[in-house]
Amino acid sequence: MSINATLIGQMITFALLVWFTMKYIWPPLFDSLEERKKKIADGLAAAEKGQEQIILAEKKAIGVIKEAKEQSSEIVTLAQKRANEIVEESKDTAKKEGDRLILAAKAQIEQEIQQAKEGLRQQVAELALSAAEQILGAEIDKAKHQDIISKVSNQLG
Amino acid sequence: MASEVHAAEGATGYIIHHLTPLHFGEGFWTLHLDTLFFSAVLGGLFVWFFKTAAEKATSEVPGLVQNFAELLIEFVDNQVKDSFHGHSKLIAPLALTIFCWVFLWNFMDLFPVDIFPLIGSLIGIEYLRVVPSTDLNATFAMSISVFCLIIFYSIKIKGPWGFAKELMFQPFGPWLLPFNLLLKLVEEIAKPISLALRLFGNLYAGELIFILIALLPWYIQPVLSFPWAIFHILIITLQAFIFMVLTVVYLSMAHEDH
Repeated sequence: MSINATLIGQMITFALLVWFTMKYIWPPLFDSLEERKKKIADGLAAAEKGQEQIILAEKKAIGVIKEAKEQSSEIVTLAQKRANEIVEESKDTAKKEGDRLILAAKAQIEQEIQQAKEGLRQQVAELALSAAEQILGAEIDKAKHQDIISKVSNQLG
Repeated sequence: MASEVHAAEGATGYIIHHLTPLHFGEGFWTLHLDTLFFSAVLGGLFVWFFKTAAEKATSEVPGLVQNFAELLIEFVDNQVKDSFHGHSKLIAPLALTIFCWVFLWNFMDLFPVDIFPLIGSLIGIEYLRVVPSTDLNATFAMSISVFCLIIFYSIKIKGPWGFAKELMFQPFGPWLLPFNLLLKLVEEIAKPISLALRLFGNLYAGELIFILIALLPWYIQPVLSFPWAIFHILIITLQAFIFMVLTVVYLSMAHEDH
């Protein structure tokens, strides 16, 4: 029960323990705690910032989508207009082509009529000539009466 | 069971035997080997545990050991921040050491009272008192160390003259100087004495009651020692906490300049 030299021994032990704690135990543990606190605070701040950025991005996305919609509707309108134009154009071309074809056909018909007429004239002349030959016999000189025959055949045209 | 072993000496002999330290030497130069040994071992345990945690300390996800160490660090740090407003590299580690060391001392109280003396008697040690806080030398060693720190910081912060003025002229002014001095001296000296005696008294009484329970018949012992042990879990933590908080308070008072 009495106070004795144990006191001194205990004080030395105590001093050593406090010194050791102060030097090697408290600082690293406390620093790691502080560091973790800072990290968590930073993380929370970053998360908040991210949230804000998300909101901003959403707003931006809505704007972009709206713009895109406007553009696409514009494009559709333009395309429809263009399509109408093309249809009109093709109608025009088709009509022109048809007219041209009709004209060409008419020209050919005309030409064929002329040819047929020419052929017929020739044949009629020959027929007339052979009829006259038969009527007159061999008296008519072909070379002599060539003028008359061509006059007659011209009258037929 | 225990009472049978010491039947020859009777109940008083059993109690005295349990409260006698393993000593060495004569007069003032007596050493209580058990107190020195167990407090050193417990101090080593404390230092080893925290050193392990400190070596692996990382600001990433902490492990189990680090988690527990940080729990204590944060607890002590909050206590220190609550009552101490200056800057000191010493006070927080000091408070941690006091809390953990005193807690471990007191914890020895929860081991059955006969276990360590029985082991000791097997290896030829006659007396063994395993709870260092039931030794006045241990509690006074701590409180006197704290007292020295109080004086040291009082003089360091306030200056020798400032500290002397505080002792002489407060609280009643210069005309009642002797009373002031007397009052202040008593106040200062009461600090280490109350610190040491409070811890010693609580643990000594607690240990005594454990010993008394151990004297009862075996079928009554659990009924009494179980609730007393549970109650003691509170006591040992509370005493360690009180010692730590009062140390911090006294040191913060030493830092305050009036």
